[in-house]
Amino acid sequence: MDTNFSKDDIAFRDEVRKFFDDEFDSTLAKNLGDGHGDNYKESIIAWQKKLYKKGWIAPNWPKEFGGTGWTDTQKFIYESERGLAGVPDVLPFGLKMVGPVIYTFGTQEQKDRFLPKILSSDHWWCQGYSEPGAGSDLASLTTSADYAGANYLVNGRKIWTSLAQYADWIFCLVRTSKGARKQEGISFLLIDMSSPGITVKPIITIDGRHSLNEVLFENVSVPVENLIGEQDKGWTYAKALLAHERTNMAEVADSKRMLTELKDKASKSIGGGRCLADDQVFQKQVSDVELDLMALEYTELRALASIAEKGMPGPESSLLKIKGTEISQQLHELHLKVAAHHGGAVALTEERYDEIQVGSDARNRYLYGRAATIYGGSNEVQRNVIAKAVLGL
Amino acid sequence: MNFDFTEEQTMIMDGISRYVREEYDFDVRRIIKDSNDGYSKEVWRRFSELGWLSIPFDEVYGGFGGNPDDLASVMIELGKGAIIEPYVASIVLFGALINESSNESLKKEIIPKIINGDYKGSFAYIEEQSRFEITDIKTSATKCNGGYTLRGQKLAVIDADKSDGFIVSARTDSSQFSTDGISLFLVEPEAQGVSLSNYKTMDGHSASVITFEDTFVSDENLICAVGNGYSHIKSVMPQILLALCSEALGIMETLNKLTVEYSKTRTQFGSPIGSFQALQHRMVDNFMAYEQAKSMVYRGLCEANNYSSGSIDLDEFTRVAHAVKALVAKSSKQIGDESIQIHGGIGMTDELNIGHLVKRLMMINVEFGDGDFHQKCFGQN
Ligand SMILES: Cc1cc2nc3c(=O)[nH]c(=O)nc-3n(C[C@H](O)[C@H](O)[C@H](O)COP(=O)(O)OP(=O)(O)OC[C@H]3O[C@@H](n4cnc5c(N)ncnc54)[C@H](O)[C@@H]3O)c2cc1C
Repeated sequence: MDTNFSKDDIAFRDEVRKFFDDEFDSTLAKNLGDGHGDNYKESIIAWQKKLYKKGWIAPNWPKEFGGTGWTDTQKFIYESERGLAGVPDVLPFGLKMVGPVIYTFGTQEQKDRFLPKILSSDHWWCQGYSEPGAGSDLASLTTSADYAGANYLVNGRKIWTSLAQYADWIFCLVRTSKGARKQEGISFLLIDMSSPGITVKPIITIDGRHSLNEVLFENVSVPVENLIGEQDKGWTYAKALLAHERTNMAEVADSKRMLTELKDKASKSIGGGRCLADDQVFQKQVSDVELDLMALEYTELRALASIAEKGMPGPESSLLKIKGTEISQQLHELHLKVAAHHGGAVALTEERYDEIQVGSDARNRYLYGRAATIYGGSNEVQRNVIAKAVLGL
Repeated sequence: MNFDFTEEQTMIMDGISRYVREEYDFDVRRIIKDSNDGYSKEVWRRFSELGWLSIPFDEVYGGFGGNPDDLASVMIELGKGAIIEPYVASIVLFGALINESSNESLKKEIIPKIINGDYKGSFAYIEEQSRFEITDIKTSATKCNGGYTLRGQKLAVIDADKSDGFIVSARTDSSQFSTDGISLFLVEPEAQGVSLSNYKTMDGHSASVITFEDTFVSDENLICAVGNGYSHIKSVMPQILLALCSEALGIMETLNKLTVEYSKTRTQFGSPIGSFQALQHRMVDNFMAYEQAKSMVYRGLCEANNYSSGSIDLDEFTRVAHAVKALVAKSSKQIGDESIQIHGGIGMTDELNIGHLVKRLMMINVEFGDGDFHQKCFGQN
């Protein structure tokens, strides 16, 4: 048992570090840092195109489709360096969600048509799963796709669709027939967002920002060649993807970054002449999270090693999602604790009050961060998965 | 032994409850919140007509002469509506400080105006370096002819942009952290050298950075004797903390009610989500967190009465108030987080009231120190 780096690994680490240093400049950092501002879309595309040019946009894809062919150690190094440099992860919808579904279950024609544009970020994807009546119970979805000659006619309503306002394409789960089990009769469709009959309506979240949407479909015509795999078998493909999605939710690298920033901020926070970083209660709270994070880092490595051996991630991936999101929420909370009164500030007009701005950002991350235990299969649902599939209860 | 509010208090509570239900629902609140003024002059006038602005003030100045129970009963009900009118800033904070002031002529002039709805105030005490330490003050007040010259900056002054006067803590003597040498002054926003930089806060209120550049304040604007500022603040702090915790109690009660109701109507997997034991246990925990918070607030109110009757001293009362604030902080955090979580996606939306109630709880939490701060104060004494 060891996790030592070879000479090559160390050379690789230096290369990654240098790349982030050179290419992730302060403007990008600012525009992507507390995202969803005016130039969010352009900035994220610009950054992803840099990664694409470098060939690093899809470390987890098989090499034949545009992956990097890195070893697990290299992937780990890359993630760690990304976190250290404060570089945000790529948008998941294309690269981590629909991309793997297409290269695993898609036709050659679909692979040729969609994969290159996902890699180059020329297509912005969004995920159309959830519906008003189908959240945790996703299989009860009712958005319908009726087969009509060469097309499906799609009608229904998707909700909580992240970043749909920028999207060129949406991948949807739709009902194509009523099977005995509600998981049967669901199909996986790729839909062009510019199709007539699609309306996107914004939903503002508690942090006051716009990332969520409702997407309405009224007689939207979708060519049959946009169906993934077999009709009525979409649930199988979606499930494979969900397991992937969860594995990606440990966010260890980002939490490590948040922890470093937290310690730094606490060392500068004083009150009554005493530094918060020297406060024993606070130290205990920080180290509680840190212990959990140290363990999670190895839990994730163990899971990755097991995926490398067995192929698909198993139900244990739920553990990564639960722990990862709970740790990041605790870190958000501690950041807010440091911010104290400044965590209350919104809509700042003057830039000269840096500390107030930092507090305001911490609050937004805290508030939006509440969603991490809700989306991607809520943590309650993940616990149900572990109870059933791992413990056999 | 009796844990009931009096008939009179119950009447006030019913009045506010009806008002919130009928005249201050979430749509009205949203319109007021997004308006230019950030509060409603008509609502404030109504508050005055209904007598709610007079609660904590002594009868000699036209007040209701209320005790902490009276104010708590009002705050519980106002909390349920997440009222964004500047009640806490003007009546609870500024009101307590002015009501206990030794400056008779100032009280005679200002308290009746507050009660009439013609005067609002704020308390400016936080500084860049002070975090939750009320005595950590760099703002200086230097004696000059007929008064003092004020120099320094206060941060996060709640609802200052709506105020006709600020009570400002400043050093007339001693060094930065000392409990001695602190004085309190009433300063008007129009005074020479006062400048405000305003911003919104997450609960729909506002806050300001206020800078004083050689601002002259007359001797007549001293709230209490020179150098007595700390003991003045200390004497009103427990009742202020109890009022804030009462507001939090009203919010927690509402959140729990809304969450339980929602869990009975939201169906997933063919059953109301409230039928899942995983959620049932958590809602039971939230119920218990609320009941514990309520007991603690009531305990604080009983001690407030013991304090007024002289059977406990200020230090004992203060220690209990720290305990109340610390426990309420814990319950608030738990209930706030869980309310959003159990609502799922809809709980994340600005459109639903849940998030707004949670954000008000978060603001109350940091007001005069967060849970950790008060727990430490409690443990150390
Ligand atoms: C910020 C954000 C971004 C999102 N982005 C997307 C997106 O891009 N695309 C997309 O398709 N969806 C997205 N979602 C939707 C997300 O996947 C759903 O919110 C989630 O599946 C929960 O569904 P729901 O909101 O309907 O809550 P519900 O399913 O109604 O759940 C409410 C509560 O009940 C609990 N619960 C439900 N069933 C059980 C059970 N059996 N046992 C115990 N507890 C249970 C839940 O855990 C939750 O606490 C997003 C959501 C958010 C908040």
